[in-house]
Amino acid sequence: MLKKTLAALALGGALFAGQAIAADYAIDKPGQHAFINFKISHLGYSWLYGTFKDFDGSFSFDAAKPEASKVNVTINTTSVDSNHAERDKHLRGSDFLNVSKHPTATFESTSVKSTGEGTADITGNLTLNGVTKPVVIQAKLLGEGKDPWGGYRAGFEGSTTLKLKDFDIQKDLGPASQEVELILSIEGVRQ
Amino acid sequence: MQWRNTPSRYGVLSILLHWLVALAVFGLFGLGYWMVGLDYYSSWYRTAPDLHKGIGILLFMVMLLRLLWRLYSPAPAALASHGRWTRLASHAGHAFLYLGLFVLMISGYLISTADGRAIDVFGLFQVPALVSGLPSQEDIAGLVHEYLAWTLVIFAGIHALAALKHHFIDRDATLLRMFGRDSD
Repeated sequence: MLKKTLAALALGGALFAGQAIAADYAIDKPGQHAFINFKISHLGYSWLYGTFKDFDGSFSFDAAKPEASKVNVTINTTSVDSNHAERDKHLRGSDFLNVSKHPTATFESTSVKSTGEGTADITGNLTLNGVTKPVVIQAKLLGEGKDPWGGYRAGFEGSTTLKLKDFDIQKDLGPASQEVELILSIEGVRQ
Repeated sequence: MQWRNTPSRYGVLSILLHWLVALAVFGLFGLGYWMVGLDYYSSWYRTAPDLHKGIGILLFMVMLLRLLWRLYSPAPAALASHGRWTRLASHAGHAFLYLGLFVLMISGYLISTADGRAIDVFGLFQVPALVSGLPSQEDIAGLVHEYLAWTLVIFAGIHALAALKHHFIDRDATLLRMFGRDSD
């Protein structure tokens, strides 16, 4: 009985939250419950994973009106880390990310289209290596609700696939490695 | 000819070390310049950097030996015909070549060991990472390594031109001494 009441209260809370105007969330950078990773095929034989350790951003989101959602992310490209110092140095150089010339990458959403229960296509402009191109991030709401410390959180994961050449990344890593998948796994704290 | 230097001529060991280091320095520069431009699918893509690092570590050891040998068996006196400024310039130049080489090799070591990996020397032994995880370690060490390599190679070229100038213009024994000739 008590459980049911609690469930009803929680549901009511969720509905109430859903009816509010799109709330603003800040990426949980202090607690680092957010990751921007990438993966690219190595020779066609395995996945190479890497991450950007330093980034920040915000989003606004309303489960009832996903179309009104917005996302902004800024990545410090110097913070690229693939767990191999020599490779990371190479990735920062002119063969790949040119971080001395282009120290930041940004994503700014332009439109959000719901594609199902908790899923959406987030269209926006990605600026990477000085090149700005529209990309579509296929995103999924992983969960939202109160956290144990008095806050309210929502988490998403989204990914998009980029052609290296489209972003003027010169190094040719072979036929199996022309594209990289960018994976954003982000938890936001409601402001 | 003897192993040790005398006040008027270089011994065999100093001469061998000098030319060995010269060969290694120019070889490493060429190898380094070439390897960073290699195609990912080149068969040298992995072996060239291994070779560069292995030779670099060996060169470091040779340079340590050379420094110790220099203390134990000092270089011959400057030629009598060399004036004060020539002596000063040559001392400063040689000091810069020694110091620069050590900084160059240490910077290279700091790139490869920045994440704690050891450097393997031809499968014979490994040099462990002593300093790793400094902020931007591989990038800063990389810049130092690149710019200093160019500086030193240009400087070594000037060093060679100076020796040729002594040989062909001043017509003194500077260059020939590095092949074992006596001072006079």
